[in-house]
Amino acid sequence: MSFLGEAPRQRLSLPARFLRLHWPLIALIAAVATVGFFMMHSVGRGQAPWAQQQMTRFIVGCGLMVAIALVDVRFWRKIAYLAYSAGIAGLVAVDVMGVVGMGAQRWIDIGFVRFQPSELMKVALVLALARYYHDIGPVRAGRLLWLIPALLMIAAPCALVLIQPDLGTAVLLGLGGFSAMFLAGASWWFFILMALGLGGAVWAVFASQGTDWQLLRDYQYRRIEVFLDPTQDPQGAGYHINQSMIAFGSGGVEGKGYMAGSQTQLDFLPEKRTDFIFTTFAEEFGMIGAVSLLALYTLLVWMCLASALRIRHSFGRVLAGSLAMAFFCYYGINMAMVMGLAPVVGVPLPLISYGGTSMIALMCAFGLMLSAFVYRDAPFDSRRG
Amino acid sequence: MRDEELRGQEMGRKRFTRRVLLLGGVQGLVGAALAARMYHLQVVESPRHRAAADRNRFDDSMIAPPRGQIVDRFGRPLAVNKQNYRLFVSRDGSPDVEETLAQLARLIDLPEHRRQKALRELRTGSRFAPVMVAENLTWDEFALVNANAPALQGVTPDVGWMRDYPQKDSCAHVVGYVATPSQQDQEADPENSRLLLLPSMKIGKNGVERTEDPILRGKAGARRAEVNVRGQVIREISRDDGERGAELTLTLDADLQKYAMERMGDYSGSVVVMDVRNGDLIVLASMPGYDPNPFVGGISHAAWRALNEDPLRPLNNKAVAGSYAPGSTFKMIVALAGLDSGMISPQHTVFCNGRMPLGDHIFHCWKRGGHGAVDMNRAIKESCDVYFYDIARRIGVDRIAEVGRKFGVGVAPEVALPYVRPGVMPDRAWHLAKYGYGWPQGQTLNASIGQGYVEMTPLQLALMTASFANGGYGVTPRLVKAINGEDVKPEPLVDLGFRRPHVEAMQRAMDAVCNEQRGTGYNARIKLAGYEMAGKTGTAQVRRITAAERARRVRANEELPRHLRDHALFVAYAPRHDPRYACSIIVEHGGGGSAVAAPMVRDILTRLMTRPPPSEAAGSSEEAAQGRAG
Repeated sequence: MSFLGEAPRQRLSLPARFLRLHWPLIALIAAVATVGFFMMHSVGRGQAPWAQQQMTRFIVGCGLMVAIALVDVRFWRKIAYLAYSAGIAGLVAVDVMGVVGMGAQRWIDIGFVRFQPSELMKVALVLALARYYHDIGPVRAGRLLWLIPALLMIAAPCALVLIQPDLGTAVLLGLGGFSAMFLAGASWWFFILMALGLGGAVWAVFASQGTDWQLLRDYQYRRIEVFLDPTQDPQGAGYHINQSMIAFGSGGVEGKGYMAGSQTQLDFLPEKRTDFIFTTFAEEFGMIGAVSLLALYTLLVWMCLASALRIRHSFGRVLAGSLAMAFFCYYGINMAMVMGLAPVVGVPLPLISYGGTSMIALMCAFGLMLSAFVYRDAPFDSRRG
Repeated sequence: MRDEELRGQEMGRKRFTRRVLLLGGVQGLVGAALAARMYHLQVVESPRHRAAADRNRFDDSMIAPPRGQIVDRFGRPLAVNKQNYRLFVSRDGSPDVEETLAQLARLIDLPEHRRQKALRELRTGSRFAPVMVAENLTWDEFALVNANAPALQGVTPDVGWMRDYPQKDSCAHVVGYVATPSQQDQEADPENSRLLLLPSMKIGKNGVERTEDPILRGKAGARRAEVNVRGQVIREISRDDGERGAELTLTLDADLQKYAMERMGDYSGSVVVMDVRNGDLIVLASMPGYDPNPFVGGISHAAWRALNEDPLRPLNNKAVAGSYAPGSTFKMIVALAGLDSGMISPQHTVFCNGRMPLGDHIFHCWKRGGHGAVDMNRAIKESCDVYFYDIARRIGVDRIAEVGRKFGVGVAPEVALPYVRPGVMPDRAWHLAKYGYGWPQGQTLNASIGQGYVEMTPLQLALMTASFANGGYGVTPRLVKAINGEDVKPEPLVDLGFRRPHVEAMQRAMDAVCNEQRGTGYNARIKLAGYEMAGKTGTAQVRRITAAERARRVRANEELPRHLRDHALFVAYAPRHDPRYACSIIVEHGGGGSAVAAPMVRDILTRLMTRPPPSEAAGSSEEAAQGRAG
């Protein structure tokens, strides 16, 4: 108890908390979001109200982010499992009674707003894992036996999302969860085994093609082939990615100019408002723009990771670090996808793609990150806070 | 315990730091990989993607060029492009197509079946595909729709072009018509296959439209438009309207041609009038005519069959494709061949008793009692057959054929028309090649009066007459007088190589036919001083007269059913002392040349020579022609 007594009690006043907010990070977030507003204006040809809608969402999200950031991080630790349980309940509810949207069940309609529990789950899972590893302490975190509860916590929401089916979100959930495990100190052996297992599975899938024990159906192999070479099926399954690569490549170094991307403006590019917004950006601003935006994102994540290093408690560190990694996975997969490096799995570009729930969930995540940063010196009593 | 916990905390913190740095590095590597992919797509492969984007974005189409118009020598329209006012409606532009069509129906005459058809096409077709709702609107209707355009959403007024032949049936054989290219046309012209596939493209199928098609067609234009993924045109990038086809001025006089056809009444046949000094074809008529306009839009099968199966063969251009026995109009060639051979002098006299035996066959003169003693001038003037039997026997068929060919018999004239036939100028070699045995002597006698194997087209008759009129010079017929207002030079006259006195003897004889008592054309002479014509009648048998029939009495034409009556022919030039125009006529089953054909030529030539002075456009080139002839 004397140890806790030695530590400065953090009872920060509101102005102090404001001052401790990571303002450069907030500025960077706003900068990326602003790029999004311009892109919404472009794909809406200056007529659709998408830019204004996106701005409204961002402003609401900013309010939410700051509100969350100003709440003591220990409160968020307290409700971590509750949020996780609520997320699981939401996913079950979607599977049971969700409405059909975009060909898959993802939405839940709670009267005034349609809401995606899977977005909430991405934050809640990391929150719950951060608490779990905080509670068991750094030593046990490295032991194999203590992996099992964490793996179950990751597996449950992944399975529920895959039922919808939403492969992209499942991958993001899994990557977010593993990031948390890795940063919290899970054994290297686990990750090596994981990598070997995954490699073996991929090998098995390809090796089994055409044999008696073929693991996937023929059409699934066909999809893989089209992913590997989209020109095989330019009108069908490869259409989206083909048009995206044409748009991307035709932008050249300098781009075709703002609101002058022919592939985008003439509707050859599909889903340009959501999943393929980065393609539009690259078409209109060229490689100079695309690399700059990539640099902005990288800087944002590095800044998050750097801030995580300054947090003095395990809960906050793991929370901030894994949310940053989840954000990185988000844009990394989206960019790889539109450039034909990853299959088209329906992952939007964070902060830029059109979409309400995604924006709110992201801003909540940044709020949690900032809360951990504001309360970076907050003392936790050893295992029970 | 506390120390252990502290050490654990410290270990966890260091481990976290290590792993964060590791992940940061991984992130940097992934970022570098993404940047490398950007470089690959946007720099290395950029040209390929840019080309693909342009293929998406641009829609290139060809524009059919406006076809050149055709006018007669005085600028009267023969073939023009009529504006075709059309209305299109597209589902994309109209909030309620049914309402739009109902509004249209209040403004213009829109038959119910047309409306239903348009509605059906609008419902089934693409959102952006315009559907033609009405065409061939009057200007008033079209203006009314344009005035109401703001209220008619989705309605696009459009002006297309449609070939129109205002002279209708009188010039159809010369001008011809255009129609949509057929499969064969496309295969025959692979260079222009894309142009020929255009829905509005028409090509010349007959007449001058066909022979001058390459210059009438013009040069195709091109349009590049930007389209979106649904094929909707966003804007026009570039447009090249191409070059319009050349304007043709023909040598024809459309009014005189119409008059000539009217003058022939309900006879079938052909009239050709030409300028003896430069070959200008002033009239080139074939009876009966046909209206070429239905061919442009695609003639119905029934209408085409009716034309094709008509026994008077309206689709046939008899002036160049009708091959007839010239009858007595051929006699000047035989007489000139006699003079040219040196074996016959103009004073050569033959006693005609109405018949000439050859072997076991008797050849008759048209005059039953015979003409008595006739010299060459009288033989032509009164068309004595026996006289020509006599000189033909003396000089032989090959000498006749040689002279005949100089006058163009058996040679297809060079004229800008399709389906020009050469006629037939038989000789011994021809007969041997065709029938495999030697020339029968009797055919020499038949040929001497333009019967038997000899065949000529009305155009060849006119060319022959022109050569006699101009003193023995070969004439090349000219149909295209000017291209884009620039004169087409007439081919120079060619000396046929006959001695002047011989040709003048023929001229005197032809003069006598028309202007001396007992001449076969005397009753049809032009009495106007200074405009008199010189000519030659002809009557071509279309049936054999059997000996038994002859014994009874040769029936007069009036007693025979029409299709057995003789063809009536007449060739003439005028004025007789300063020849300017040559004319030939064939009246199918008209009976006698002097009674039926000669009066028609008299009226046509009189009208031509006494018409009001030609307008400016024609004057200059006629003077030029005069200069060359002089």
